Amino acid sequence: MGNHALSYGAKLSRAQVISAYPITPQTEVVELLSRMCASGELKAKFIKVESEHSAMASLVGASSVGVRTFTATSAQGLAHMHEMLHWAVGARTPVVMGNINRAFAPPWSIWTEQNDSLSQRDTGWMQLYAQNNQEVLDSVIQAYKVAESLDLPVMVILAAFVLSHTSETVEMPEQEKVDEFLPPYERKYKIDPDEPHAFGGLTGPDNYYELRYKIQKAMEGALSKWKEVGKEFEAVFGRKYGLLETYKASDAKNLIVSSATIASTARNAVDDLRERGVKVGLLRIRVFRPFPAEMIRGILGSVDKVIVIDRNIGFGSSGIFYQEVKAAMYNEKKTPPIFGVIAGLGGRDVSSKDIIEIYEDVIKMKEPKSDIIWKGLKK
Amino acid sequence: MKLKIPKEEVMGCGHLACQGCGATLAMRHALKALGKNTVIVLPACCWSVIDGPFPHSIVNVPLFHTAFSAAPATASGIKAALEIQGKDTNVVAWTGDGSTYDIGLATLSGAAERNDDMIYICYDNEAYMNTGIQRSSATPIGAWTTTTPVENPKETHKKDIVSIMAAHRIPYIATASIAYPEDMIEKIKKAKDIKGMKFILVFSPCPTGWKFAPQLTVKLARLAVKSRIFPLVEIENGIKWKLTKEITRLIPVTDYLKAQGRFKHLDDEDIAEIQQIIDVDWNRLLEKLEK
Repeated sequence: MGNHALSYGAKLSRAQVISAYPITPQTEVVELLSRMCASGELKAKFIKVESEHSAMASLVGASSVGVRTFTATSAQGLAHMHEMLHWAVGARTPVVMGNINRAFAPPWSIWTEQNDSLSQRDTGWMQLYAQNNQEVLDSVIQAYKVAESLDLPVMVILAAFVLSHTSETVEMPEQEKVDEFLPPYERKYKIDPDEPHAFGGLTGPDNYYELRYKIQKAMEGALSKWKEVGKEFEAVFGRKYGLLETYKASDAKNLIVSSATIASTARNAVDDLRERGVKVGLLRIRVFRPFPAEMIRGILGSVDKVIVIDRNIGFGSSGIFYQEVKAAMYNEKKTPPIFGVIAGLGGRDVSSKDIIEIYEDVIKMKEPKSDIIWKGLKK
Repeated sequence: MKLKIPKEEVMGCGHLACQGCGATLAMRHALKALGKNTVIVLPACCWSVIDGPFPHSIVNVPLFHTAFSAAPATASGIKAALEIQGKDTNVVAWTGDGSTYDIGLATLSGAAERNDDMIYICYDNEAYMNTGIQRSSATPIGAWTTTTPVENPKETHKKDIVSIMAAHRIPYIATASIAYPEDMIEKIKKAKDIKGMKFILVFSPCPTGWKFAPQLTVKLARLAVKSRIFPLVEIENGIKWKLTKEITRLIPVTDYLKAQGRFKHLDDEDIAEIQQIIDVDWNRLLEKLEK
């Protein structure tokens, strides 16, 4: 299951301090890691904290000493961590965390939706939306490599139940190869009694501004780092990863843009439509932060219409991937009409048939009449 | 009489505290006991300012600033990481009463229940002093603060944090006072040699918030001990309570209260009531002491 893919990703990456608090649908991640630590299979300290806020606080501390850290959470837990998510970024700690996309309460829901992680969009965490369990495992290993080169944390994100509790065959990379790919973490400025420093002390307007600039620069650098690490990973393990992925896009007239498991379902929809002679393609956004705007411009500039499907909503505005894609295209001389579709909130199923319907409905429109097209809304 | 306080100063000069700050004295003494092989974890509190702004720091040991409620968890993580690196370093959560009694109590309880290896020191100045003297649950009954004005001073008891910590059955708990530095240093040294969670509550008068002249800080701290408002104790494993400073000449609480502006509005009846509360608390303590 996707949850175990996260655990094995952390194990293969030789995480040294793990700290976590249980929440549905994340529990299997930490249960398996607990067993691995207890049996000695994984030589790590597991701090069984009393809250997610403390989980992140302890990892920010541990990472500042210069060890590799891991946690996982979901929805309410991620929200509870929010203050410390900012701390992880400000302290420049390369924590890697699995987040299982789950809808927020109230009303209680345990099913998938992306509003939890997207609510953390501006914290400075890198965000990666996986489409299958192999990608979950592989992304954890890559995440450490990127995070530790930039001193910024990474969230590896997977859909509740659709991935977290679904069993798929996952190829396990060999430990020796992972060790070679991912050497131990070396931190430049660390907590060390032999070299005492104060970390995070009061900083006036004369310096704070530049520290924020540096975070942004690191994020911008992450765009090429993800590409580079993806290529390196492919060379060793044979599986290809980039910031985004296109499917049958090169000759497509119209493109569907989505992320995570909706994007993997959309591949079937594209195949079905192609069989009927419809020239449609898919763009899956894998890395959402940093946002690969330049690459997206290169792909969308030449098509007729773009349909962005969001399993999330920015209340009072529109779908969040839609906003980002639109913003990326705004200053272009030539930009296609971009349609925003909200689908699958609270874990409502989004099938291949739904995506075909979305495509057929939207493609009839000349241009968007509003920023939201609701799919499957009960009247 | 020869004082047993170590001569070596770990803490440097140039702190940014108010004149007569008890919390600053507390750190100076604590570092003498802890030595340089120490990491300090600091949540939001007066000491976030006292240590100095970037790039200054006066403690001469690594100091990690963390969020208000997060010091014990951050310390747990730092300790775990240092252990993985094979380092035997004292990890100290150095906190005010706001984070200890209020916003970080759950976090403290979590670290205590896990018996994570750290020394947790709370310098108790009985209110949110860094933000400008707002009441905390460490503020004593009857006291004025900016959120408990004289028309409606604090109506409820100070939280009994020591008993709360004792209920966790952690290996070592102590109360200490800047007026009794030898006792305090001895307790911190003892805590250093014990594995697991150690909790030390240091009474740290605040001239700015309590409204007394800065040269009287140590005297106020002594009056608190001598009037039984702040007894000096230690507790092993949450069960064995021991008084470490016997009071030979007991003074009435009025001597302590009248020395501070924050109690100025109290009349004789109020003071008699507080005396009664202190007497009851003292008898409760006597029952707990090892016979």
